[in-house]
Amino acid sequence: MISIEGLTKIFRLNQKEINAVDDLSLTIEDGEIFGVIGYSGAGKSTFIRLLNRLEEPTSGKVTIQGQDITAMHKSNLRIARQDIGMIFQHFNLLWSRTVSENIAFPLEIAGVPDEERKQRVKELVELVGLSGRENAYPSQLSGGQKQRVGIARALANNPKVLLCDEATSALDPETTNSILDLLVDINERLGLTIILITHEMHVIRKICNRVAVMENGKVVEQGDVLEVFLKPQQAVTKKFVEQVMGNEDGDLDQLLEVYTSGKVVRLHFVGESANQALISKISREYEVEINILQGKITQTKLGAYGTLVVQINGNSSEISKAISFINDKTSVEVEVLENA
Amino acid sequence: MLNELFPNVVIEDLLVATGETFYMTLLALVGSIIFGVILGLLLYLTSKGALWENKGLNIIVAAIVNIFRAIPFIILILLLIPFTTFLIGTFRGSNAALPALIIGSAPFYARLVEIGLREVDKGVIEAAQSMGAKTKTIIFKVLLPESMPALVSGATVTAIALIGYTAVAGVIGAGGLGDFAYYHGFVRRDFDVVFVCTVLIIIIVFIFQFIGDLITKKLDKR
Repeated sequence: MISIEGLTKIFRLNQKEINAVDDLSLTIEDGEIFGVIGYSGAGKSTFIRLLNRLEEPTSGKVTIQGQDITAMHKSNLRIARQDIGMIFQHFNLLWSRTVSENIAFPLEIAGVPDEERKQRVKELVELVGLSGRENAYPSQLSGGQKQRVGIARALANNPKVLLCDEATSALDPETTNSILDLLVDINERLGLTIILITHEMHVIRKICNRVAVMENGKVVEQGDVLEVFLKPQQAVTKKFVEQVMGNEDGDLDQLLEVYTSGKVVRLHFVGESANQALISKISREYEVEINILQGKITQTKLGAYGTLVVQINGNSSEISKAISFINDKTSVEVEVLENA
Repeated sequence: MLNELFPNVVIEDLLVATGETFYMTLLALVGSIIFGVILGLLLYLTSKGALWENKGLNIIVAAIVNIFRAIPFIILILLLIPFTTFLIGTFRGSNAALPALIIGSAPFYARLVEIGLREVDKGVIEAAQSMGAKTKTIIFKVLLPESMPALVSGATVTAIALIGYTAVAGVIGAGGLGDFAYYHGFVRRDFDVVFVCTVLIIIIVFIFQFIGDLITKKLDKR
């Protein structure tokens, strides 16, 4: 478990004080993927660097698996850091070293003997899917491959925690997805706790269990990803959710003018996983026709989340039966928008 | 035919002088690299935001480097005569030129080292810190290897400056091609000797530049 209590970082710049991280408290459970999202300047980058003291906190306490990181002497901190892997937006590989040598670097620091080191590097190269590229230099690799080297390097000493500092922000969408898949795979296989910071809601949606939203150095909202998606409280959170879901209310009125027969309903999917074939099921079991008007369903780690606006046509008793089926038998919420 | 074109050139003497130039340049280069890297590291590490940030030490090292870079070499070599005599036992000959050559060029190389170290990606240093690296590890496994092309090309520039300095060191009878050109050429009005010495120095400069470029190119994997 990682507990963060009252963490504060104040930068002094030209006599001015900037509260980059402001009295921040969080608890992160073992084995979870915890996301911190915020716009640039929100303090998330400072926050993650406070966790392994790349940035010295002004006040507050960070405890990682029972070890008080903030109270540690420099030499103990060095040992503790070997248990905390970190990956970076710009990969930060040594250009003068090959893939294998880069991955071996943290093992050299930890004083792992030669033979063992070679063996471990080989395992790691395979783990991140870079077999055959061991002797390439970073300049010969693509961005995604570089980040794979970064991940292998971060995992070399079997850390219990992995910090990801905007790890996918410099990558294209497709590469981002493959790196995220790799992170999930590592999280599941090694039981590693992952803390990642990002400005992309897509990243949070795809791999995180829980999320904290940061603004002006403070966590303004936190919770299960699904919950935050469903009921964003703060304006900044709503904006992030829109990043993924789009803003649909705008064209709803227009829809209601065009589709006037039957009932137009909005279905809210909230972590539904058992009844993903809901639409076909209803049209099979009830005498209704379903016309999908608009919507967006997205998959989070805990099930489907999103809304569908559909038009249900048929005689009214069948329509109400279908609606009560959805209400009673599934976790999907129904909202009737228009009666014809 | 050589005898007709350069009647006053004695090949054997010329070879000895060339050997002396190489001897002084190479030894002084090794010394300059050692002291230059140490001073350059100190300049870099004590600067603002670096690993050993220390304003006082930084100012002291920078002052030493600047003072010795400011003194013209011809004056430096004369100023150092007592020191050289104390160290070597004499102030004449190739060995006696070495202290002045090293003290004259190490501060110059130190600045080039500092520039090279500044070019090292801060993120890479941070990554090494996040892995729990000691400062020693960061110096020897990150800073120096990552700046190696700059260090080598800096050493090349320094070597060429040193070739010039060895010629100046002729004033204390250091030997080498500069000394030879002056005493055996200019003083005797045998300008063919001056000409041949000049050509040889140019060739030596080209050789150093060529080797330096070759190593830099081979090291640079960016």
